[in-house]
Parts: sequence; C-alpha cells; structure tokens
Amino acid sequence: MMLTWMAGFLLLIVKLAVVLFFLLFVAAYLVWVERKFLARLQIRYGPNRAGKFGLLQPIADVVKMVTKEDTVPDGADKAFFLIAPAVVATTAFLMFSVVPLGSDLTLFGRKIPLVVTDLNIGLLFVFALSSLGVYGVALGGWASNSKYGLLGGIRGAAQMISYELPLGLSLIPIIMLARSFSIIDIVDAQARYPFILVQPVAFVIFVISAMAESKRIPFDLPEAENELVAGYHTEYSGMRFGLFFLGEYVNMMVFGGIVSVLFLGGWHGPLLPSFVWLFIKIMLVALFMIWVRGTLPRLRYDQLMTIGWKVLIPVALLNILATAAIGIMIH
Amino acid sequence: MSPWEPGVFSLILYTIMVVAFVASQLFLAAWLGEKKPSVEKSRPYECGVIPTGTARFRYPVPFYLVAIFFLIFDIEGAYIFTWAVVYEEAGMPALIQMSFFIILLLVGLFYIWKHGGLDWKATYKEE
Repeated sequence: MMLTWMAGFLLLIVKLAVVLFFLLFVAAYLVWVERKFLARLQIRYGPNRAGKFGLLQPIADVVKMVTKEDTVPDGADKAFFLIAPAVVATTAFLMFSVVPLGSDLTLFGRKIPLVVTDLNIGLLFVFALSSLGVYGVALGGWASNSKYGLLGGIRGAAQMISYELPLGLSLIPIIMLARSFSIIDIVDAQARYPFILVQPVAFVIFVISAMAESKRIPFDLPEAENELVAGYHTEYSGMRFGLFFLGEYVNMMVFGGIVSVLFLGGWHGPLLPSFVWLFIKIMLVALFMIWVRGTLPRLRYDQLMTIGWKVLIPVALLNILATAAIGIMIH
Repeated sequence: MSPWEPGVFSLILYTIMVVAFVASQLFLAAWLGEKKPSVEKSRPYECGVIPTGTARFRYPVPFYLVAIFFLIFDIEGAYIFTWAVVYEEAGMPALIQMSFFIILLLVGLFYIWKHGGLDWKATYKEE
C-alpha cells in the first residue's frame, strides 16, 4: 500500500515537472516565434544572431535578465512592488493546471490522467485566477511610484474587470451544452463535434475578451508604449520584468489551451496522438494572436470600453437566452 | 491524498512547484544580478526630467464607476452560472424566470448606458 503510494507520488512529481517544463519551454519559444513571425509580417529578419535562425535567443534572454540589476525606484511601496510580478507569473502557471493535455495514459496497468487537476469547478477556478492576475497589474503599477505605472495599472484593472464579464457570460452556453464546470467533462462532451460549430457567437465573444484580458494588441492600452512608456511595468528591471513577460506568454498558452478545450474539441482529433492535437490547436491560437498583433492598430480607450460594455455583454446575455430556449425546445 | 487521482493533492503539489520556480528565478536574479545602486538610477522614470509632484494622484471617476458596475454584474452573473448547469432539469418555469432576470440585467445595463455611465468623454466642461 505504502509502496504504491510512493510510486504514484514519484510519478506525479515527474508528471507535474513535465507539465511545468513544457509550459516554460513552449512559452520561451513562443517569444521567439512571435518575434520571428512579427518580423516577417513587417518585412524584417527578426532575431538571427544567437544560434541558427536565432534559436538560442530565449536562452540568451534568460541569462541577460538574471544578471541585470533589480532596481526599486525611490518612494516605491517595496513589498507590493516586489511581489506583483510573481503574482502575475504564478496565476498564469496555475491556470494551466485544469487544462487536460490528452486522453488517459496507461502505465503498469494504472491509468494516468494527463491533467494536473480535475476540479469539478474547473472553469470557475480559471475565472478566479484570472481575476487574481488583475492584482499583479494594479499593484505593480500603483507601487512603483511612477505616473506612467499608475496610469497603466488603473487602465489595466478597469480593462480586465470589464472584459471579465463577457468572458464569463460567453462560456455559460458551453456549460449548458456540457452540463458541467469540469473541463474534462467539457472535452468529453465534444467527442462528436467541437462546440465552435454550435456556439460561433460565444467563440467570437470569448476570443475577443480573452485577448483583452491578456492585454495584447489591439487591447494593450495598459502598456501602450507610445503614451505610457511601458505602463504598469515601466519601473521594473531584470528578472522582475522577466516574470511579467513570462506571465504574458504563459497566459497566451493558457488562452490557447482554454480556447482549444472549450471550443475546438480539446485533444480530440483523428490519427495523431491526443496531446499532439492539443499542442497543434494551442499553437494555431497563439499564431492567430501574433497575426492579429501584426495587423491591427491599438484601440482608443473609449472604443475599448464601448466594445466591452455596449456590444459584448448584451450579445453574450442574448446568446445565453437563445441557447437555453433552443436547448429546452429540443428536449 | 491519492497521488493517482488528479485531485486537490495534485494541485497543491503543482502550486508548490510553481511557487518554488518563481522564487528560484528571483533568488537567481538577486544572487547573480548586478548591484550598483545610484541616485539617478532609482529615480522613477519621467522622460528624463526630475519627477514632479506625487505619483499617487487622484484618478478619474469613470474608473471607479466601472468597478461598481463590475461588482453588480459579476454577482448577477454568478446566479446565471448556477442555473446553467441544471437548466434542462429546471425546465420551462426556470427558463421564464431566468429570462425575466436576464432582461432585467439588460434593462439595468441600458439604464446606466443612457445616463452616461459608460461614456469616456472628458469630464470637464468646455467653454
């Protein structure tokens, strides 16, 4: 009994380490992919000095960030200033824990589920953590005793809480279809067809609001470089800036993962192994986000709020009503 | 506590690993990083000039309004979440009640919209 427990424990540690390493590795190379792809969209070469095709660039970046000075500006609220980037990075990593990476593996006659944790409130867990991520942005901006930082922090907080509403409301039809908050159940419910086919409106609302949540162009007002320098992370340097950066790219992965499991059928797919399918879907979503970044200009603040409150929220509410009415009529 | 189930135990372990990773990065940065503090370096950035006034200024009221609206709509969203899981068993009566509730939400949104709660114009009067 004790022995099986120990074996399971070791296996669990290995599994979690693999998940964490996978996240870190792919997030690091996502930075490279983004710089390269963006450069091609703008007819430039992108990073090409460190290694072949600049493939060693992420490693060079990490070495550089670790060896840079970690400055704290005068008059900063030191405790909050130091903790804010860690909050952003940690919540981003934790959000990935409910994403199922593939169908169950069988090892030594035991089933090994390819997911960190299967919470029966998986979706609510994701919402809760994405709300906690707001604290990293708002506190980081406020604590750095910089006007740009504060402006970025306030904008970031207002933007993220505004888009949290359509983000949550757009997923209610998905919960109605799967009849569960557990992400494993939601993926299982898509065995026959992905939910994007029956919920295209929810998909569009979710993608727009999730891009606003992750503060990327065209929604990058909290860090708009030509008005706010770098917004809430203006005063950060070295690895603390690195953690904000890492958080952003892990968030991209999380976003890709969530879109894949909720709308694109998760790990379901023909021929290839299940986790390969999920990886392909995550990368497609990430490439889409990079493409959008290379194509669209930044919104104005009132346009941002108009889209969120006057378009996405009413449409999401009507979508809920329509889905419920149709669901009850069919049964 | 079974390590074979993807339960809370697994999540706790994962959380510990994530926190340890983040802490290790900060430790590495503190250990290997350059340490040459100076007056100029620790001054908050303000485009090269010496910062004037406090950086914790008062911010515009619309941001505060957004926070209030968020609270109201988010709590109301929580009711819809609970109904969504059981909407089929709850059937037609619940659908009618929830439709009333959601339409009420929409009316509320429309009300703050008409009263300018969602406008982001300059708040001062132009002469």
